[in-house]
Order: sequence, then C-alpha cells, then structure tokens
Amino acid sequence: MRGGSALPARLIQLGFVAAFLALWFVIGRTGAISPLFLPPVEAVWSALTALVQTPQFWAAVQVTLTTIVEAYLIALALGITAGYAITRSRFATKVLEPIVSSIFAIPITLFLPLFILLFGIGTASKVAYGAAYGFFPIALNTIAGLAGVENHYLNAAKSMGFSHFGTFRHVLFQAAFPVILTGLRIGFFVCFASVLGGETISSVSGVGRNIALSAELMEPARMFAWIAVVIVAAILLNGIVSLFENRMRKGPA
Amino acid sequence: MPAISIRNVTQRYGEPGSPQSVLAIDNLSLDIARGEFLCLLGPSGCGKSTLLNIIGGLMAPSEGEVRVQDVLVRGPLPDRIAFVFQESTLFPWYTVAENFGIGFKYSGIAKSEWGDRTAKALSSVGMAEFTNHYPSQLSVGMRQRVNLARGIAAGTDILLMDEPFAALDEQTRMVLGEDLSVLLAETNKTIVFVTHSLAEAVYLSDRIVVMTARPAHIKKIINVSEPHPRLPAFMLQPRFSEWRNECYAALRDEIRQAMAAAESNGDPP
Repeated sequence: MRGGSALPARLIQLGFVAAFLALWFVIGRTGAISPLFLPPVEAVWSALTALVQTPQFWAAVQVTLTTIVEAYLIALALGITAGYAITRSRFATKVLEPIVSSIFAIPITLFLPLFILLFGIGTASKVAYGAAYGFFPIALNTIAGLAGVENHYLNAAKSMGFSHFGTFRHVLFQAAFPVILTGLRIGFFVCFASVLGGETISSVSGVGRNIALSAELMEPARMFAWIAVVIVAAILLNGIVSLFENRMRKGPA
Repeated sequence: MPAISIRNVTQRYGEPGSPQSVLAIDNLSLDIARGEFLCLLGPSGCGKSTLLNIIGGLMAPSEGEVRVQDVLVRGPLPDRIAFVFQESTLFPWYTVAENFGIGFKYSGIAKSEWGDRTAKALSSVGMAEFTNHYPSQLSVGMRQRVNLARGIAAGTDILLMDEPFAALDEQTRMVLGEDLSVLLAETNKTIVFVTHSLAEAVYLSDRIVVMTARPAHIKKIINVSEPHPRLPAFMLQPRFSEWRNECYAALRDEIRQAMAAAESNGDPP
C-alpha cells in the first residue's frame, strides 16, 4: 500500500461489508430466498446476541481455541524440525522435498475417519488432524527457506570461523526467516480451517460441532450466528498474525 | 620464512581415473613473501578461486599442503587469514556495525574493541558515517567498500581477495583499486588477489602469477617492480603497458585453450 491512502482503503473495505449486510437485509425483506437457507439478518443478529449469553457458547469457543493452539504448536515444532533436518543434506532435500509436497497435495480430509478411529471422537483427533494439515506448509517453507540460502553467505561465515550454531543463528535462520514466516502464517490458517472443518464433520464439542448441530436441528439463524462468530474470529486472528509478522520483519524493506 | 607456502597442491574432482574425474590444479608450488601483494591471473575456470579457497582452508586439497606462517592449514584460520569475496557477503539482515561485530565475535576479538575497530576500518575506506546502515541502503560500490573494510578490520596478516571488484562498473573499480593500493601500502599485509583484469593486476601487484588453463599450474611469474603506493599516473607510463602486454602474451594461448576446452565439453561459450 502506498503512503497516504490508508484511510480511503479502509473506508472502501468497510463499505463492502456495509453493502453486503444491506443486500442481505433487502433479500430478507423481499423473501426472495427461503429463510431456511438464508434467514434475515435481524434474526441472525438476535440469535447471536442470545448465543453469546449462554455458558455453552464460551465452553465451545474454549474447546475450539484450545484445539487450534495445540494443533498449531505441534505443527510448528514438527514442521520446523523436519525442514531443518531435511535440508542438512542436499541429497535428502532433493529426494524428500517432492515427497513432502506431493503428500500436501493429497486432501488429508480423506483420512479424517482414520484420525477418528485412532484418536477417538474427542478433541485429540482434531488436534492430530489440524497438526497433520498445518505441518506441511510449515515444513515446505522451512525447506525452501533453508535450502535457498546463498552459498556465498555460508562461505563467508566459514571463513570467519563461525561455529555450527553460529552459522545457524546468524546466517541460515536469518536468511530463511522471511520464507519460514510465510509458512507459519499459512500453517496457522490451515490449522484453523482444518480444526473447524474436522469439528463440523465429526465431533462432540466445539464451534464446528455447534454449526453442524444447528443445521441438523433446522435452526438456520443459530447456524449463521455461529458462522458469524467464526468469520469475526478469522478477521481478528488475521489482524493479530499480520501485526506479529510486521513486528518480526525488522530492518528496511 | 614465507608468509604462505604452497607445496605440490593438486586438486581433483571425482574419483581418479574415472571419466568424470577433473583435474583442477596440477602439482602447484609457490612461496608468497611477507607483505607481498600477489595476483593470481588466469583464464576463467582455471582454478584460481579454488587455489584461494585451499590457501584459506575453506577447501582441502586432494594432494599437497599449504602452510601459513609455518602452520599447516587444515581449516579456516580466522585469526590469521581474512577473506574478501567476489560478491558482497555482508549479511543483509544486519547493519554494517552488526556485520563487523559478528565477524569479531568468532575471531575472538574482545567486545570492547569492536566499536573502535569498526570505526577505524570504515573511515579508511571513506564509509565512516554508514555504521548503522543496512547493506540494502548502500550502493553496490559502497557495499564492496564496506566488505573490504570488514576484511581489513579482522586485523589479520593475510588477506585473500577473490575478484573483489568483479561486480563493479569500470569507473568505480578503478577508484577502489587506487584506494586499495594506498590503503595497503600502509598496512604491510600479505595479500593474494584473484582477478581477470590485466590492468588491475599490474596496478596492484608486486608479483603476478599467470596460470595455465585447466589443469592449473604456473605458466609465468611477472615481477612488477614499482614502489607502493602507486598513483594513477603509473597507468600512463610505458612500463605499465609493457607489464600488461607481458601478462597478455603469457595468457593468450591459455585463454584460447580454455575456450576450446569449454566448447568441446559443450559448455556455453
């Protein structure tokens, strides 16, 4: 974004949201779409205000957030470790990188029933599922970042007598960091989406489960209220992640 | 005792006798005196940089040995040898001062000296006010000045320079060459300098070692008996042209041979 245009850009973005809500309101008034598929915006709003006052709401949010955090931390630790280990050898990188990226191309959703069989219907299966999905973008970006470090930086480090750890800390990690950071961001949202998706398909608690349940119980206003919660959470998380990312990317652009 | 002594160094890639085996350097011996400025001149791909990396301990030779001040080189010796590479190897994620500091840290220089050393080296290349800049905020020429200063700041007796000015335009290159000549006349460092440029070799060197096409050995050694520091007027002297022509005469056949070898290997010309 060029300097000075931040305010108009924000206004246009808010305008889109307002226009969307207005369109939804008009559709609700005209009854063009059956309220079973798209309940009026006022109905969703009142369902939402009722929802946030129930203890069940906060319990479900807590279950889902805990699941996402656990899944993400596992994906992060395993993804970076695997990426580092693989790039220690040029040969291993050449052999394993295409394998890791092909597995990522497979819809891991296919294995969700297997995760349920292995880890049960509770949160453990969603943690494993989210971690499995989030692992790949983190590992792949770590590989790309570390394998892409230019040789002349490594040679310079060697000539100045850097230790192994010093080379990792001051050269490898620094050079790869922007690429790894992108992987961490993608990994986070993949984790977020797969935990909610997993809950919606098969679980006993959490936000996703409540969305599926509202649909089954023919309560579309309630379902859309839950979805609105997820959308707001996604926007907030995106803002937090961007803020964190900008803070981490120090130095001049 | 020579500052650097190269004894029967041979460098081979691949298994000896196999068809992929390439002989890069063939039984090369050379003594480099203390305080000498020595240029390695040769056709592209002849193994000049390989030899430099062997001297500096970044690479182990297949056969033979290198001694630096009578110490056998088995790996990098950051307290005795500093490198200045072809491309600017300043780490772009650190400021100029941080780049110097990290080098000092691993050379075992006390932290209290870092600031002084950095300031002194930077002002010797006219970059004193750029201590807290990131490399990306400097021009290519300025970056290479700072890169050079980092090599000098290490305070080693030996400086190995691998085409340090190759990425620069001709004008910047000449100015930096002049500065280098003045700068190094004061320090009495032993310098091994790899270059493609005949004029640069004659302008800077005490001795020019002309190398053959692969496998590299010494074709001719040319003494440039001109006192330091040299001024640009030196380039206008007839003796400058004579030395330059002498280098070219020695190199000519080798360049043709290197080109022919590259063609027969199917390498792009």
